[in-house]
Amino acid sequence: MGRLTISFALTAALVVLAALFHMSVGAKAVPLSEVTGAFTAFDPTVMDHQIVRALRLPRAVIAIFAGAALGMAGAMTQGITRNPLAEPGILGVLKGAAFAVFICVGFLGLVSVAWIPLVAAIGAVISGAIVFAIARAAPEGATPVTLVLCGAAILAFLSAVLMAVQLLDETTFQNLRVWASGTLTGAKLETVYWALPWGVVGAVIAVWIAPRVTAMAMGDEAALGLGIDLTKTRAWGFGAVVLLSAAAVSVAGPLEFLGLVVPHMARMIVGADYRAIVPYSALLGALVLLLADIAARTVLAPAEISTGIVLALIGAPVFVGLIRARL
Amino acid sequence: MLDQQTILSPILRTYDLKAGYEGKTILNGVDLDVGQGEFVALIGPNGCGKSTLLKTMARILTPTSGVAELNGRAVHDTPTREIAKAMALLPQTPLTPDGLTVRELVAQGRFPHQTLWRQWTKADETAVHDAMEATDVLQFADRPVTALSGGQRQRCWIAMTLAQDTDVILLDEPTTYLDLKIQIDVMQLLSKIAAQGRTLVVVLHELNLAAAYADRVVMMRDGAIVHQGHPAECITAETLEDVFGLRARVMTDPDTGRPVCIPMTGPAA
Repeated sequence: MGRLTISFALTAALVVLAALFHMSVGAKAVPLSEVTGAFTAFDPTVMDHQIVRALRLPRAVIAIFAGAALGMAGAMTQGITRNPLAEPGILGVLKGAAFAVFICVGFLGLVSVAWIPLVAAIGAVISGAIVFAIARAAPEGATPVTLVLCGAAILAFLSAVLMAVQLLDETTFQNLRVWASGTLTGAKLETVYWALPWGVVGAVIAVWIAPRVTAMAMGDEAALGLGIDLTKTRAWGFGAVVLLSAAAVSVAGPLEFLGLVVPHMARMIVGADYRAIVPYSALLGALVLLLADIAARTVLAPAEISTGIVLALIGAPVFVGLIRARL
Repeated sequence: MLDQQTILSPILRTYDLKAGYEGKTILNGVDLDVGQGEFVALIGPNGCGKSTLLKTMARILTPTSGVAELNGRAVHDTPTREIAKAMALLPQTPLTPDGLTVRELVAQGRFPHQTLWRQWTKADETAVHDAMEATDVLQFADRPVTALSGGQRQRCWIAMTLAQDTDVILLDEPTTYLDLKIQIDVMQLLSKIAAQGRTLVVVLHELNLAAAYADRVVMMRDGAIVHQGHPAECITAETLEDVFGLRARVMTDPDTGRPVCIPMTGPAA
């Protein structure tokens, strides 16, 4: 128990440090002392304080929020599918969000960027519901295998359609290309208010069913023997994944990879119990996305790279290193 | 000893239980009564339905007709968590999650007793400790289960079912894949558990283990019970020929009075 508390406290401290650093870098460097000053002794006449509060804070908050949501969504996905390679993306949820946004922008003439978060969230929920419904209709029901297979099928279908519409009309979708790779650019705090309810409900469900998910890792028969309703638990878990992914995709676009890597790192640090993995994946997801976004804004400064691309570029080798270190 | 007629108030019973997989019937109407504190071994050739019977009683399979009752309540119509407070199950091949420690694994057994508001109580702690003590795994408590040998792991799984603190424990081939010495250790442990008043129903492949430890053997063939009774009465050359189609010599262990089967391996006469 002591080790767990230390891991949580240390990681939480790292999140705070990374957030402060995140707010200090950018087109105009703000010293760390001014970043903390913007919160402890806010002075509206100080330019740096204004930058931090108006521009930098929203982006940091969104990175923390989206990272935490995706971390938990990834942990739940791997838990209910009992598949270490699963992530929200493989269930078709993120692609569903992107699909909805592209359709609304391309064919329904949606122009206001303000609507993207809501459209993305609804797209995630609808595609998630379709995947679950198809998996349920299989003779053996929504099992780990049918869920992943249906997700992969929907994912392939949506990818193909998305590719086709983009090839047909490149100009309309030009502006969406950055969004579709996952980005925190132009983040507005208001979008978090939109996304917060989805995220909170998803997180509560995830924490609530975490003990069952731990038991389900021992196989269906063992879980049944402990009195766990497998169908119900998978449905709740899937619902949590969809809500958390919808929350994340609405503020940060379809960020891939985070949901795959973070739960693995969490498991290496806090063990196999989802009661610890779920909340810890939230902390770790926030930390990882903050760090990726710092890199996205500094590596090619003053130019900015898409956060999603940085995440995969840096995340992949780091992940391989982690796996090797463990073997 | 105990047989069908003498069990006045069975803790676990099935009436005309039929079940199977994907339309194929495997159990053809099984009536079985298990008394409180009994150690029952289900034996029979591959495909005879012994595992199907266990899984149907354990509510992993839903019967196509008939009823399985635990303490007079229909297993398949009672909330699964209520059943889990009275009957535990050790599946044949449970998965061992990477990184799960022995203590965490055993603690899973407390799931049916926990509520959203009372996550971990003194009673949970005591049950987990006692279960680990009874199965002699306390010395590994903080090691990952995956780092243990097959026999040690099996003791951990048994500890988990003990921590569930149920009257009845169902075990599906608990000795499979273990060395002979470890098989004996596991059976001794199960005997000890049964002697403490728990009711055990165990599917066994190994005839001699069933003969040596069970209070009653239930011999199945083609989805039905064909013979049952105390091993000393029930396991004979005739019943083995009848149930397994096996030609064997049955002798008596001079120490325990239990039957021992020796298959005839010489050239057929």
